[in-house]
Amino acid sequence: MIEAKHVSKWFDGKQVLYDINATFEDGKTNLIIGQSGSGKTVFMKCLIGLLRPEEGEILYDGRLFRTMNNEQKRALRAEIGMLFQGSALFDNETVLGNVMFPLKMFSDMTPAEQLDRAHFCIERVGLQDADTKYPSEISGGMQKRVAIARAIALNPKYLFCDEPNSGLDPKTSIMIDELLSDITHEYGITTVINTHDMNSVLGIGEKIVFINQGHCDWIGNDKTIFRSKSQSLNDFVFASKLFQEVKIFLEREYESEHDKE
Amino acid sequence: MIQVFKAPDRWRIFFKNTIYEMYKLGVDSIPLVMTISLFIGAVICIQMALNVVSPLMPSYAIGLATREVLLLEFSSSMMCLILAGKVGSNIASEIGTMRVTEQIDALDIMGVNSANYIVLPKIVGFVAFVPVLCIISMAMGLLGGWCIAEFTTMISVEHYIYGLQTFFTEWYVWYGIIKTLVFGYIITSVAAFYGYYVHGGASDVGKASTSAVVSSSILILLADVILTKLLLQ
Repeated sequence: MIEAKHVSKWFDGKQVLYDINATFEDGKTNLIIGQSGSGKTVFMKCLIGLLRPEEGEILYDGRLFRTMNNEQKRALRAEIGMLFQGSALFDNETVLGNVMFPLKMFSDMTPAEQLDRAHFCIERVGLQDADTKYPSEISGGMQKRVAIARAIALNPKYLFCDEPNSGLDPKTSIMIDELLSDITHEYGITTVINTHDMNSVLGIGEKIVFINQGHCDWIGNDKTIFRSKSQSLNDFVFASKLFQEVKIFLEREYESEHDKE
Repeated sequence: MIQVFKAPDRWRIFFKNTIYEMYKLGVDSIPLVMTISLFIGAVICIQMALNVVSPLMPSYAIGLATREVLLLEFSSSMMCLILAGKVGSNIASEIGTMRVTEQIDALDIMGVNSANYIVLPKIVGFVAFVPVLCIISMAMGLLGGWCIAEFTTMISVEHYIYGLQTFFTEWYVWYGIIKTLVFGYIITSVAAFYGYYVHGGASDVGKASTSAVVSSSILILLADVILTKLLLQ
């Protein structure tokens, strides 16, 4: 479990995160949602340790990140997998080279075992025919899958995903979401996904933290999100025409249920 | 800088990366170095032949002057200024692109010392190979001068060869090599610094690349003055 306690962050005197408290649970897909510029990427970077919050604490299974020495941080980072918005694949390495990279750097496996593990991860994301290709030779969706394979290569305890669906078509987005959800449940990983894609929210939102202008406005899940009283959350959720129609449908259903009663 | 010079996480990977960088930054520069040195050697020889015309000056002085210019300045300082453009912009843009595409963040998240992993093989690889480029430049420059002697009537080949051998000081070759070692370090470290600290997008990578070349060129000229004073006085 990852806990964020009273996290606040400033950039050049301007506060971007305000006293955020949230927990991200084991074996669940935990979503951080919010509009672009709401502070969710900054919050995620604080969680991972790429940014240091001016106030508050981050705890990994009770281990306080701030007080860790460099060795402890390195050990913790070996337990973290990360999927970046732009995939962040090493462009001078093939698909296989990218997936093998963390194994070469951090595992004590023999080269044959590393190769087996890399092939297993590549097959797990369904890219067995692409292992000799370079990132520039494969599609955006495939790049995301390679990044997922690289992120799970070392059997991480924590998986962070920064907008995994950005730039992908709806069908590929759903495939990536399902893959992340499957991997989370299969290996009992604490997965934290940063997104503003409502399809992801409804599809895999086992726990949802809503960030609005740097504040944590709401915490719930995909079942309770439509019943929220938070105005800012409703503005975000029902921003698109599709979801406005969903809202009208839900209200009618709610009224008809009341009428029956 | 401290992070760069820490012991690598995996020595085997470090050596592999160093060999790769040596090839990419050094071996790939050989054609450029050979071409420029050959022509500049020829031009220096022509300039000397045209300007050192005096009944008091022996004709072998053309070969001697060509050799001294090449060994003392061109093959070390001028060649490194040219390499600052090629190698420096290559390093700054490569590392800068890695920064803006979050590849460096990915390394940091994995717990890899990104500065050490990316920058150290480039510094070691290029600094180890740059003396080879300097020697190739010296040889090609002298060959360029020989071509003028062979194919024109400005100076005879015998006088040119005699001039190359006259008053030869071995220390000048070492002086050139020592200078290139320092300049090689300046080129790689300055370019890596600008690339590593890029913020923004593609245009910022371009700016970083330009800044790296300008800064390293100025530092090379400054170091040239200091090294000349220290090594030749």
